[in-house]
Amino acid sequence: MLKAVILIGGPQKGTRFRPLSFEVPKPLFPVAGVPMLQHHIEACAKVPNMKEILLIGFFQPNEELTRFLCNAQQEFKISIRYLQEYAALGTGGGIYHFRDQIVSGNPEAFFVLNADVCSAFPLAEMLSFQKEHGEPNSCVILGTTANRKQSMNYGCIVENEETNEVLHYVEKPSTFVSDIINCGIYLFNPDIFQHIGTVFQKNQQDMLLEEPTNGWHRAEAIRLEQDIFTALAGQGKLYVYKTLSFWSQIKSAGSAIYASRLYLNQYHTTHPERLALNKEGGPKISGNVYIHPTANIDPTAMLGPNVSIGTGVTIGAGVRVRESIILHGATLQDHCCVLNSIVGWDSTIGKWARVEGTPSDPNPNDPYAKIDSETLFREGKLTPSITILGCNVNIPCEVIILNSIVLPHKDLNRSFKNQIIL
Amino acid sequence: MKALILVGGYGTRLRPLTLSVPKPLVDFCNKPILLHQVEALVKAGVDHVVLAVSYMSELLEREMRIQEQRLGIRISLSHEKEPLGTAGPLALARELLNIDNEPFFVLNSDVICDFPFKDLLQFHRNHGKEGTIVVTRVEEPSKYGVVVFETESGRIHRFVEKPQVFVSNKINAGIYIFNPSMLSRIQLRPTSIEKEIFPVMAEEGHLYAMELQGFWMDIGQPKDFLTGMCMYLQSVRQHAPERLRTGPGFLGNVVVDPTAQIGENCTIGPNVTIGAGVVVEDGVRIKRCTVMKGARVRSHSWLESCIVGWSSSVGQWVRMENVTVLGEDVIVNDELYLNGANVLPHKSINESVPEPRIIM
Repeated sequence: MLKAVILIGGPQKGTRFRPLSFEVPKPLFPVAGVPMLQHHIEACAKVPNMKEILLIGFFQPNEELTRFLCNAQQEFKISIRYLQEYAALGTGGGIYHFRDQIVSGNPEAFFVLNADVCSAFPLAEMLSFQKEHGEPNSCVILGTTANRKQSMNYGCIVENEETNEVLHYVEKPSTFVSDIINCGIYLFNPDIFQHIGTVFQKNQQDMLLEEPTNGWHRAEAIRLEQDIFTALAGQGKLYVYKTLSFWSQIKSAGSAIYASRLYLNQYHTTHPERLALNKEGGPKISGNVYIHPTANIDPTAMLGPNVSIGTGVTIGAGVRVRESIILHGATLQDHCCVLNSIVGWDSTIGKWARVEGTPSDPNPNDPYAKIDSETLFREGKLTPSITILGCNVNIPCEVIILNSIVLPHKDLNRSFKNQIIL
Repeated sequence: MKALILVGGYGTRLRPLTLSVPKPLVDFCNKPILLHQVEALVKAGVDHVVLAVSYMSELLEREMRIQEQRLGIRISLSHEKEPLGTAGPLALARELLNIDNEPFFVLNSDVICDFPFKDLLQFHRNHGKEGTIVVTRVEEPSKYGVVVFETESGRIHRFVEKPQVFVSNKINAGIYIFNPSMLSRIQLRPTSIEKEIFPVMAEEGHLYAMELQGFWMDIGQPKDFLTGMCMYLQSVRQHAPERLRTGPGFLGNVVVDPTAQIGENCTIGPNVTIGAGVVVEDGVRIKRCTVMKGARVRSHSWLESCIVGWSSSVGQWVRMENVTVLGEDVIVNDELYLNGANVLPHKSINESVPEPRIIM
């Protein structure tokens, strides 16, 4: 039997996702109409023999997370539990801390998935790859090809081209090492805990030589990438399965729109029922659009491509939405135009207002390009990005909000461009 | 009676509109600028209008032949081969202006106001001297040349260029009336009437000022063109309110040509003029704009402070603002944002213009 672990992080993580992560833990932010995590859970639940999914993170248990877990268990008919770390233990420390929970029931292998990635999750392919290529107890990293420049923002993998064994692993190198990058999706077997245990014990010994400050915590904080993979590379224990299917990080809010596009496109094969169609008496749909059944949309509105409309959203006559996520309870009044933006929960956009951002999509002419993990500011100026309206923001009629981030609960009274509005 | 209109050159300040038609023929509130002036002159009894032009345009000549017929007057074109300034054209047209002893009007072609030609003639006859200039009040006299004159009689004492200390808030409005005898003061060479002729006339007690009642604007550039439109429409509301379009969906002063079509759920105004054959589709919001003949504005677009040139097409969900000017036959594709764009004729726009610039 198999298990899966999803690393969901905690409130100190995902700050690049502000102001949206103020309202909802980032892993529950809707991407293509469903919480980001649900895509992971669905992929895991599909793998034959999957017995349990464990979420590990350091969020305080809250109502939203509990409700999500409850619903997901029912929908996917699988045990899903949340294991809360006492502190941020890193990608390796978390699974090591909860190793008893993971190995109970003797799974022969388990997946580990980072929550902040968007992927086709070729988990079954990783399993067969391990069976065909790897040593019996080897570990598999999902890899993908990046362009040379962008590869340096990721974990880089050098492989033996014949065996796919990982010969060398380095996290975010400052010079080019390899264009194969780590997707943050792994297939481990319980032997991995021996390797992590070795690092843990070494950390503890190091601790003893130093003055005792919070030693236990520091010994247990272990990073899979730098502490484990780097050591395992070239030992015949670590393999890379390279995928051609879609993959992206979801670090910034801007990448959520890109990730939505990738998942909406995947719905053609996985969930065609989630894609809106042009129907008599319905809005005009262009490309891939998700509309929650409780949304109320005027038939003269035009939506898409790449639009997700949440629960209870109201969209008036002659509204245009493209490349955007509209979160639950938002109201878009007649004739307004929303492009490359995320409209926060319960926000209102007035008549003829224009809310527009600049997409941060990867270069469409480079098949290996990834989304840039852009910084908010460059040379002291806000870099043009998607426009984000936080929760309960009011945009008056006829103004333009361009390339701006509006923090929650603001009533704007004029146009804004290239600004963060506190 | 005769009048001379100083049309001058290519009207570069009003580009891109003047790349398609000569400036006098650019529509201002659904009528060529020149006709606003000529029709007012005809009403005051003028039967011969001389246009002082520095370049020849077949289009202008043809249009003037048509207007001669329509108005039953004579329109001559006086062509200067080299720039003659603001006074030289009077010398060039001397033979046309000199044929009798009647006073004649002179005006700059960029000026729009409630033209006071009858009052001006009366005022001029009453003081009996060589010339009268119309003056208008401005808020910031330090930006202009001002006219200092006796309030009672109107007799001009002097002109002060950009006064740093307040001396007067009246400026030359570019509208004059002169006796033919005044022509002897001007030679056929480049001369400035404001700087070289008027000060001498004032010194000799031959120049009087009449204050203009109502609005006045130099509409020689797009920003002022729109401001002048607002003033003109307000004047229409006072003098001919029946010309304004009212009813649901119309706010403030709006003029719509009867052949234009306006869709459902639009809000038009205040301060909008819509030309002949224009199509405004459903759900459009327009304020403080001129939309010229044959243009189309597609549904759900939002326009403020723009000039949409002849036969241009503005796509759906477009936002245009901040003195965006589309030349003739420009296409703005769907969902774009134009901020202060100056678009040359026959151009198709596929990308937003977030900051003011010229689109060649």
